[in-house]
Amino acid sequence: MKGNDAIGEGAVRAGCRYFFGYPITPQSELTHYLAKRLPEVGGLFLQAESEVASINMVYGASAAGARVMTSSSGPGISLMQEGLSYLAGAELPCVVVNMMRGGPGLGNIAPSQADYFQATKGGGHGDYRLIVLAPNSVQELFDMMLKAFDLADKYRNPVMVMADGIMGQMMEPVIIRDEYEVQIPPKPWAATGMAYHEGKNLINSCYVIPDEMEIHNLELQKKYNEIRPREQVCEDFMLEGAEVVLVAFGTASRICMKVVEKARDKGIPVGLIRPITLWPFPEKYIGEAAGGDKIFLTVEMNMGQMIEDVKLAVNGKAPVYHYGRLGGILPDARDVLTEVERLYRGGGAR
Amino acid sequence: MLEEIYIAGFGGQGTLSTGQLLAHAALKEGKHVSYAPFYGVEKRGGVANCAVTISDRRISSPIVTEPTILVVMNNTSLERFEKSVVSGGLIIVNSSLVDIPVQRDDVNVFSIRANEEAEALGDPMVAVNIILGALVEFAGAVSIESVAESLKEVLPERRHGMIPINVKALERGSKLAREYNISKKANITG
Repeated sequence: MKGNDAIGEGAVRAGCRYFFGYPITPQSELTHYLAKRLPEVGGLFLQAESEVASINMVYGASAAGARVMTSSSGPGISLMQEGLSYLAGAELPCVVVNMMRGGPGLGNIAPSQADYFQATKGGGHGDYRLIVLAPNSVQELFDMMLKAFDLADKYRNPVMVMADGIMGQMMEPVIIRDEYEVQIPPKPWAATGMAYHEGKNLINSCYVIPDEMEIHNLELQKKYNEIRPREQVCEDFMLEGAEVVLVAFGTASRICMKVVEKARDKGIPVGLIRPITLWPFPEKYIGEAAGGDKIFLTVEMNMGQMIEDVKLAVNGKAPVYHYGRLGGILPDARDVLTEVERLYRGGGAR
Repeated sequence: MLEEIYIAGFGGQGTLSTGQLLAHAALKEGKHVSYAPFYGVEKRGGVANCAVTISDRRISSPIVTEPTILVVMNNTSLERFEKSVVSGGLIIVNSSLVDIPVQRDDVNVFSIRANEEAEALGDPMVAVNIILGALVEFAGAVSIESVAESLKEVLPERRHGMIPINVKALERGSKLAREYNISKKANITG
């Protein structure tokens, strides 16, 4: 199954019945897939006139209680930032897929991970957080859609699924489990009309009075503080006895698995920690893994973004270095291995 | 068994479909498999490459940087990727379109005038399947039968009438590969 198709089918199986979007490479297969698939299950696919319109249609559908999503890439996701801030402010659940491509600006259509800051640190205005998930295989793209919608509904918060152009375009086998059980929680807050609920249900992110705005913000922070310790997820690969710890997500983590295999073949003790949630960042696990004489190396398809969170998690207990490629160029396992060997032999910062 | 295959050419030559055929065939045979395409923004004539990894074990990275088998459909692809092939690996060259020699002497080279072979079968469009037939024969990772069956899944339905000529092309490529000096084949990794 192609990555973009797997997201589409995963979303349908997760109970998503509404998609509003605008095509952009490298995620256009997803819109194509859902345009055909959603009507088959009684859902609605609508190609909006722009990404700004798409995200605001998502706002409307979510306010009415629907499982709804949109998807885009780099420039389109930038256009959606205002809407994402509104969704977060109004505590509306939805799923947004970002198939990252080369930037800044129009950039190119090649794979990238340069939107890490945008997704995990805000992107739009105001003090808000998105829950950010980073799958690294086509199977996980499929499986993660159910998790994404469940998290969105559980916390009434937008969830972003971040992958890159390669993951959207690549094909891998996918096992579709039959026991995929969808339980959409009741949404008594949704604005479904006075016939369906007692009193008015007002969905809003506008608090004119500063005191009320502060209270609302503190409520949001309380929610984020609940999510932070509870939802951190990561996976490790051959971490046992590792003296050099690679940290990478998405496609970069797949390349790093190869680096680990090659390094272990050469007798160099290397392991990998792969964050699966980028926010909340798996700071607890990484913090506990630091210590001894370990060296950390983040491998990213950007100039060093996740490294900031790794440094916070490691908290000075180990040196943290970065290796990155840009503009749609994938890190080459051989080059990463060379850097690992250099650091292992005490090479230090460049 | 780990076969890392890189197929490189121009858009329109069928390089991506060829990779997909291999991937579908591997899936049919219960192998671990990944397929990753790399292409430019052009509809035709731009870069169109793909990586296919077939293994008995879980595949770490779907990105192929050191192929065990490289297929080149034009001069630029040979120039660009010749150095990446593992020592003892195989380069399959469509010599109808590639007119520069392979420089390496530590790899096997199988040159095939695929376009002329395809024309002899009656359809120049199946050139890439002659190459695929040879590739499958050399790699041994999947059977020609599985590839032939996969044609139904990869070709759109309106093209299913072309399946017989495609199967013929696969068989022709496979036969040409079998006739190739077997002793050189022994070094192919995987």
